[in-house]
Amino acid sequence: MWQLFKQIAHVGIPTEAAPGSNDAWRTEREQIQKEILRVLGRALCIREVDAGSCNACELEIQALGNPYYNIEGLGIKFVASPRHADMLLVTGPVTKNMEYALRQAYDATSHPKLVVAIGECACDGGIFGKSYATCGGVSSVLPVDVAVPGCPPAPIDILRGILTAVSVRA
Amino acid sequence: MNSDRLLEIYSLPFEPLPGDAPVFAADVGEEDWLRIGQTIRAEGGLLVSIWGKQEKTDIGRYSISAAYCIDKKLLWLRLPTNEQTGYPDLSALFPSAVRMQRAVFDLLGIPANGAEDYRQWINHGMWPKDYFPLRQQFSGLESFDFEPDCYPFVLVEGDGVHEIAVGPIHAGIIEPGHFRFSIVGEKVLRLEQLLGYTHKGVDKLFTRHRVSDGYRLAGRISGDSTVAYSWAYCMAAEAAMSCRIPPRAQWMRALLLERERIGNHLGDLGAIGNDAGLAFGLSQFMLLREEWVRLNARLFGHRLMMDCIVPGGLTVDLDTQGIDLTLAQCKRIEVEVATLREIYDEHAGLQDRFISTGRVSAELALELGLCGMAGRASSQPWDARSHQAPPSSAYAQLDVRMAMHQDGDVAARVHVRFEEIAESIRLIRDILHRMPAGPVATPFDENESDSGHRGAGWVEGWRGPIFVGLEKDMNGEIVSCHCHDPSWQNWPVLQHAILGNIVPDFPLINKSFNLSYSGQDL
Repeated sequence: MWQLFKQIAHVGIPTEAAPGSNDAWRTEREQIQKEILRVLGRALCIREVDAGSCNACELEIQALGNPYYNIEGLGIKFVASPRHADMLLVTGPVTKNMEYALRQAYDATSHPKLVVAIGECACDGGIFGKSYATCGGVSSVLPVDVAVPGCPPAPIDILRGILTAVSVRA
Repeated sequence: MNSDRLLEIYSLPFEPLPGDAPVFAADVGEEDWLRIGQTIRAEGGLLVSIWGKQEKTDIGRYSISAAYCIDKKLLWLRLPTNEQTGYPDLSALFPSAVRMQRAVFDLLGIPANGAEDYRQWINHGMWPKDYFPLRQQFSGLESFDFEPDCYPFVLVEGDGVHEIAVGPIHAGIIEPGHFRFSIVGEKVLRLEQLLGYTHKGVDKLFTRHRVSDGYRLAGRISGDSTVAYSWAYCMAAEAAMSCRIPPRAQWMRALLLERERIGNHLGDLGAIGNDAGLAFGLSQFMLLREEWVRLNARLFGHRLMMDCIVPGGLTVDLDTQGIDLTLAQCKRIEVEVATLREIYDEHAGLQDRFISTGRVSAELALELGLCGMAGRASSQPWDARSHQAPPSSAYAQLDVRMAMHQDGDVAARVHVRFEEIAESIRLIRDILHRMPAGPVATPFDENESDSGHRGAGWVEGWRGPIFVGLEKDMNGEIVSCHCHDPSWQNWPVLQHAILGNIVPDFPLINKSFNLSYSGQDL
């Protein structure tokens, strides 16, 4: 246990400011929380749905939870059920085999049912396009609020996408 | 090993394929198909992959391929067949063949004769039963508006038995798949998986690519293994085109592969700790992983190093500053990981969850063909870097020390990951000290090769060995390209690893394997 506490003290708090100069992050951070509160009146809850990605987007979404990005510190939480979620974060070109499950998840999501498409594949099918096995992007299945390009997008861009979606409906 | 010796053992003329992977190929009849399978099984070899194709020029003709790994080499058998004849079942010899054969049928419509399990695997009912995408008559761009089928899971009956259905959408930020648990109380009596949810039609898509540009697709089969896949693909493409990459490229590719291994192991060790209730482990390791991938981005322009490996070599190189940064990072990560390992080892609550959980005995691992990192944690001594390293590769000179454990439980898979991080750091240092100077790429001329050739790739990714079998035509177009993920072998073993364990331990056991959905669904 002593080692564990020592390690915690040794590492300290690495959480960083977002890119940009003049302490832009602090402003952005406050802006984010204000936006979330204004739109939802509470924390933002996200249900992530992999609709057939290659798992690279998942790695970068998972990274948002690390102490550098500290997404929970912004009042944003990933939840297990779409019923608890305000937003779906969808990756992949939407495979035919996932289309049904994705629609079900959307139906179960609480309003305002924000949808953010993450990565090239989710934007327009990407390298997989539209075929017998793929739908060619999230917008061919669900109404998409924000589409974040990148293969995969860096965590900071995914965060930006989430925040953009929170402000579009404002 | 040469072709003459193989002729002696298998009474079959094998032809060595050009390129880095130590592959010998032969076209066989039905009798030899089975006989060689039996010989390889008896000698303790592994079935790597089964896939098929329809000939472009003569559409009545099909061929089914099987790749095996035995000793220091790979064998690639090709069996010509047609729609009516099919091919002899291999699942009685190699249990891992079951799902591969079901996938071959779903994609190509060629049955494995005598197989017991004929259920569909990739086709979930979203396209017609007689639509076989790999057939030449279909473009792969057809679109259907169907409803999913009801999959016939095996029903377990008895007093107090009930089912828990999980997925395809899982609770965390992970890939989709369906798990059907049959349980009594908290104990798991049976787990049956249904995968295929992330099927993106990769095999068909390859046939619309040229050999020179298929590497981007290969690098997106399983994002966490993008380096391993793009290397394996390029190895196959370079073999098919008789292209030899410069020596420095071999060392640079090995460097990227070891960086990918460490990055994934760091993430997994954190997630495994978290699944056993130690959130501290998750934040600590995720922090190290973030540092690790940020240096990837700085040195190679991409956090996961996608598209850095291309046919002919690499698009990236390392200067002295890059070498210094890498060495400094290795030093730091090595110290941090050693500290965390001590904490993990001494944490009674964590060890209580790790030890004896999700055990796969060495016998079961051998029987089912458990491979890669998980295999090594169950005494299966296979590592393509030490066993099948081609003389031209950096690994032939690096003397990779394979990490092994005999317990086969979560603790063993954690142990192997820690050992492999230490070994990969040692390898990276060695690579940086010994890497020859010179160019990192040679022009990849796809018009140079006159006749139809094929090539294979074989790379030990962080999860296990990745195989690529590629056939091309005279114009440099891909006729058939199949990429094989070790998850094909390891997913069915997970069904056994959970038996007798309690449901709440499933996420922990699952994470300790961390198999790819996208890599097997293709």
